[in-house]
Amino acid sequence: MLNQFMSYLGSNLTPGSANNQLWALIYVLIIFAGVSLAVVCMNWFERKALAHFQIRLGPMRVGPHGLLQPIADAIKLMLKEDIIPQEADQFVFWIAPVIGLLAAFTVYTVIPFGPSQAVSDMNIGILFMLGVSSLGVLGIVVAGWASNSHYPLIGALRSSAQMVSYEIAMGMSVVSAILMTSFNKEGTGTLSMIGIVRSQQEQGIWFLFKFFPLGLVAFMSFVIAMIAETNRAPFDMAEAESELTAGYHTEYSGLRWSLFMLSEYAAMIAVSSIAVTLWLGGWLRPFPNLLHAPAWDFIFSLFPGLTFLGLAAIAFIGVARMPAHFSFKIQRIGLAVFAALLAFIALLLLVIAVAGRSSDTSIAARFREGIGYVYWFILKVALFMYLFIWARATWPRYRFDQLMRIGWKVLLPITLGVLVLTAIVGVLAS
Amino acid sequence: MNPAMTSALDWALHQPSYLASFLASLITPANGDMAPVATPFFFYLLSGLAVAGGLLVITRRNPVHCALALIVTLIAVAHLYLMLYAPFVAGVQIIVYAGGIMVLFLFVIMLVNIERASKDRRYNRIWPVGLAAACALMALFVSAFVKDRALFPDRMIKLPEGSNTQEIANALYGEAGRMGQYTFTFEIASLLLLVAILGAVIMTKKRI
Repeated sequence: MLNQFMSYLGSNLTPGSANNQLWALIYVLIIFAGVSLAVVCMNWFERKALAHFQIRLGPMRVGPHGLLQPIADAIKLMLKEDIIPQEADQFVFWIAPVIGLLAAFTVYTVIPFGPSQAVSDMNIGILFMLGVSSLGVLGIVVAGWASNSHYPLIGALRSSAQMVSYEIAMGMSVVSAILMTSFNKEGTGTLSMIGIVRSQQEQGIWFLFKFFPLGLVAFMSFVIAMIAETNRAPFDMAEAESELTAGYHTEYSGLRWSLFMLSEYAAMIAVSSIAVTLWLGGWLRPFPNLLHAPAWDFIFSLFPGLTFLGLAAIAFIGVARMPAHFSFKIQRIGLAVFAALLAFIALLLLVIAVAGRSSDTSIAARFREGIGYVYWFILKVALFMYLFIWARATWPRYRFDQLMRIGWKVLLPITLGVLVLTAIVGVLAS
Repeated sequence: MNPAMTSALDWALHQPSYLASFLASLITPANGDMAPVATPFFFYLLSGLAVAGGLLVITRRNPVHCALALIVTLIAVAHLYLMLYAPFVAGVQIIVYAGGIMVLFLFVIMLVNIERASKDRRYNRIWPVGLAAACALMALFVSAFVKDRALFPDRMIKLPEGSNTQEIANALYGEAGRMGQYTFTFEIASLLLLVAILGAVIMTKKRI
């Protein structure tokens, strides 16, 4: 086993391609823990950001600036009574959140956080992602039906109609991006997630800017369809609280309800990763071909450390701005410790960046490279997470017929047109 | 006993050793060029799942349970395609059947009053015919397997996994300006589908 552990360290392949089950398992565990942690952070950040959009403070009581609020929420949800309605279909009611969670987490096997930082590089990567994430709707539909109640059933019906409609527009915009991978010297494209990012690097352009404005239009259509696919505002018809109480998860409580929330946020991160991989260059840092001198490599490798340094500085400002009253003493100490932790991480990342500068073969250099890939990928995904919150705070909910009209009569023709135009322009240009 | 039967029995008795070798491959580094995914253990697991799902589809009274069981069968079959080194077919199977058609199935089933529908008497009695047809098909498979095991390759054929999508595209659309092997049939099939879609639209619209 140690042999298997060590043999992978020097390779440039994903664990799946290197046929290394042990490292595949390690990657799966890291991704599972990382995504769960990201969901917790996202939960806190969404509440705070939404509050500030509405000139409120948001959670402030549990921990400094409500930093411990997600933990308190998690404990509350776990201790809550788990109610299964008597008239519900027991087995289906039980399995519905599990289906949603499985579908949301399975897609992470192909998401490339870096050229070798993925569990597996599948030949059909993007197809696999679309297919498995489309299974997530089954969890919602089945949950609404099994509850044996009116509001959940209506929510589930709305959700399935919406998802099936927007999947088509989503697929069409994805196809136009895949088509762009084939405009190279060999004339062959790829469906592999890693291959798509590689072809953006080879062609020297993010597909967002390729054949301007065709890539941009496809990307915008994808973003709209992606918000609808994950049932987020302004397309959250499935859980419209003013009409349907809570939609498909009205009858769910406690841990089961939190599984739904976990799968919703995990699916949000997953679809954002698709958008980042297809149009925003995945793990590539800005201008990897233009600014490829070692000096530029060094400057860009400082970014992860500087980001954490910035976060630490914000936290330190928070410590300084705490009221001087003695009842804030514990909160103040807690925030200072948090800031110190962030500063320590920043220091560690900066040390790795400086130590990895000298040679290309040392452990530190490999670490620096890997951290860079994962950092740029996560930064791009984080922008999308903010976009989700921003959209939720900005737009009112659509009516259901408006939603269907946008999906079928606006997005679908636009994406089809973009696909045809991309093919024409690509053939003319090559 | 028939020698073919003996060898088949012998083959079946060896399955535990295949499972053991699969488990061993998890803890020791593999030295082969291809990952040992297509083991008999996985084949029996997946086909068992598919058969169990199929049985549940025809035995459950509740149509939603039937639909869920059918999804299990479809996904198991998709994995069998993966074992045959046809990842593209597997992905399409999941997208089209498990993700698309079954969601629409459930959508329609949920609009039906299941309480009343499940108490209704079945108006047709065709299950003996179905049983006979299934038995005949089973007999055909068994006879083909027992009579001539040479029909099947002894070892699995290693197809290049990476080129599956390209191979399908070449067969369907042709390469380098030439028509592919199945281009004409493929286009005819797509025309049929288009006619079906138009028919559905005309049937549901009162006024065109």
